[in-house]
Amino acid sequence: MARGLGRYIIIRGLMIIPMILILYTIVFFFLRILPGNPILAVVGTKNIPPEQLKHLEHLAGLDKPLYVQYFDYLWKMLHGNLGVTLASPMGKPVSSYIALRLPATVELTIFAFTVSVLLGIATGVLGAVKRGTSVDTGMRVYSIVAYTLFIPWFGMMLQYLFGVKLHWLPTSGRINPTITSFHSITGLYVIDAIIERNWAALGSVLKHLVLPSITLGTVLSGAYTRLVRNNMVDVLSQDFIRAYRARGVPERKVLWYALKNAFIPVVTLMGLQFAILLGGAVLTETTFNWPGMGTFIMDRINYRDYNSIEGAVIVFALFVGLISLTVDVIYALLDPRVEY
Amino acid sequence: MRLIDYIINPLRERKPGRGLLLFGISVVLTVIIMAIFAPWISPYNPTQIGADVFAPPSSKHLMGTNNLGQDVFSRIIWGSRIILYVVAIATTLSILVGVPLGLLSGYRGGKVDRALSMIMDSIYSFPSLILAIVIAVVLGPSPVNTAIAIAFVYVPTYFRMVRGQTLSLKNQLFVEAARAIGVKDWETMRKYILPNVLPTVLVVFTLSVADAILTEAGLSFLGLSVTPPTPDWGYDLRVGQPFLLDGYWWLAFFPGIMIMLLAMGFAMIGEAINERLSLGTR
Repeated sequence: MARGLGRYIIIRGLMIIPMILILYTIVFFFLRILPGNPILAVVGTKNIPPEQLKHLEHLAGLDKPLYVQYFDYLWKMLHGNLGVTLASPMGKPVSSYIALRLPATVELTIFAFTVSVLLGIATGVLGAVKRGTSVDTGMRVYSIVAYTLFIPWFGMMLQYLFGVKLHWLPTSGRINPTITSFHSITGLYVIDAIIERNWAALGSVLKHLVLPSITLGTVLSGAYTRLVRNNMVDVLSQDFIRAYRARGVPERKVLWYALKNAFIPVVTLMGLQFAILLGGAVLTETTFNWPGMGTFIMDRINYRDYNSIEGAVIVFALFVGLISLTVDVIYALLDPRVEY
Repeated sequence: MRLIDYIINPLRERKPGRGLLLFGISVVLTVIIMAIFAPWISPYNPTQIGADVFAPPSSKHLMGTNNLGQDVFSRIIWGSRIILYVVAIATTLSILVGVPLGLLSGYRGGKVDRALSMIMDSIYSFPSLILAIVIAVVLGPSPVNTAIAIAFVYVPTYFRMVRGQTLSLKNQLFVEAARAIGVKDWETMRKYILPNVLPTVLVVFTLSVADAILTEAGLSFLGLSVTPPTPDWGYDLRVGQPFLLDGYWWLAFFPGIMIMLLAMGFAMIGEAINERLSLGTR
């Protein structure tokens, strides 16, 4: 079985490649083939000496035919080289920026993901247990309202309430800038602070995480509410649950067994939700001035730095691909019916 | 059953989903009326700069004034035009591209189907907002370009649904019968398959319009949709953020709540129709 699982992981992992290729092609097409010279966009003026323009184009590899550019970049990408920045500071490797920014987004998404799953399960179970009552309807409305919350607005309202009015929590950044004793190792500040046993820094980092993760997590919890509630209703009507109840198993335990059974489809949803989570992260990061991949893309867009944007998109694609691979593997392990 | 019946019938029946549907329809209709009659409803010129800056909500300025002394209520009313306009174009475009492609791909099958499905799945699995951002940046800030960017990321939603339905429909007896008596392929698709796919398209439409509204608002919040001084909910929300932290909450509060109400309205209509077709909840 272990060998079978290994094969399954490899085959499923290979399926990420066409996805990244297709997204790379789409983004390449949009950024390079559409009219407009990126160098001119970067320089911001058309009055640039032709020799200098030529030189800059050569540096960026834009003087080669398109198909050569396409395969050049692809070849570099295979070696983990995402090209150099096209705008100030010019000529720095894009991957070094991404290495700085990606951990911030990973940290935010892990916390937001946890919030969304916990909230979604809690509200979903509540709806299923109180099925048909006003509580059930309330949870149903919650799932729609949460789903249509506009991230920047919700974030701002939390900033206003907990930051401006109550002064409980910080409204921007990842850590209090006055904490100078802190040095990042992995880029995941929570882990860094624990490694360094810097408890003041850990406190500050966690405080900064609260509002962004609640904002993003609440918006994503709605989909789980719906699914958990419906699955629980199904499972609770099955014979084995009736048998438990007939034998006098405490209701809490019955619910726990039911939840375990209702959980498998939720794993699939987690994979699908992850793409939405990353999209939402861009808005969350902008709202909370969070120095992650989303704000990185927005910064680079102001400079028309197409290489950085392309690189970021590829990293996002890889991220989504790996997550969906992980989810599929977990699903295969949980559900004995999946053959691999 | 006509398409409109999917909305009218549940309205007539006293069933639990009716409240949601009523709420959804009234919100959406209100916003549409606001957009159509903006010149008559709006008390002030939405771009008129005034001396009365940061005035809190009062009877003179229902939602207060912003940092430039513009009336927030008038900007809300005029802002409904942009968001509805962009989302209408975007949704029409993605249906016009996604539905025929889905029909063709599902009906014909083969290599074209496999290639198309792979491309659509790749786009579908990628964070739609990020892709829309990239496209919107390249095309430049304008409502039509924003609509194209949104349309692009929602084509796969329609494509996948229609393709799946077509696959199961094409093996049914009535389609086989049509083919057996020599009805041409495109006519089979148009007359026999398309009408059966349309109810699903309606559900996907109402559910994805809510998403499209949030995507539009996201793009304009990020400054990629319209240029000032055009009144626009997403952009006004962004402009209001720094002032919110100074305590002037009405600049950001109202545009944001409108975005959500509109998205919620469509989501609730979608929910009710979805239930009607019993594709989802129990």
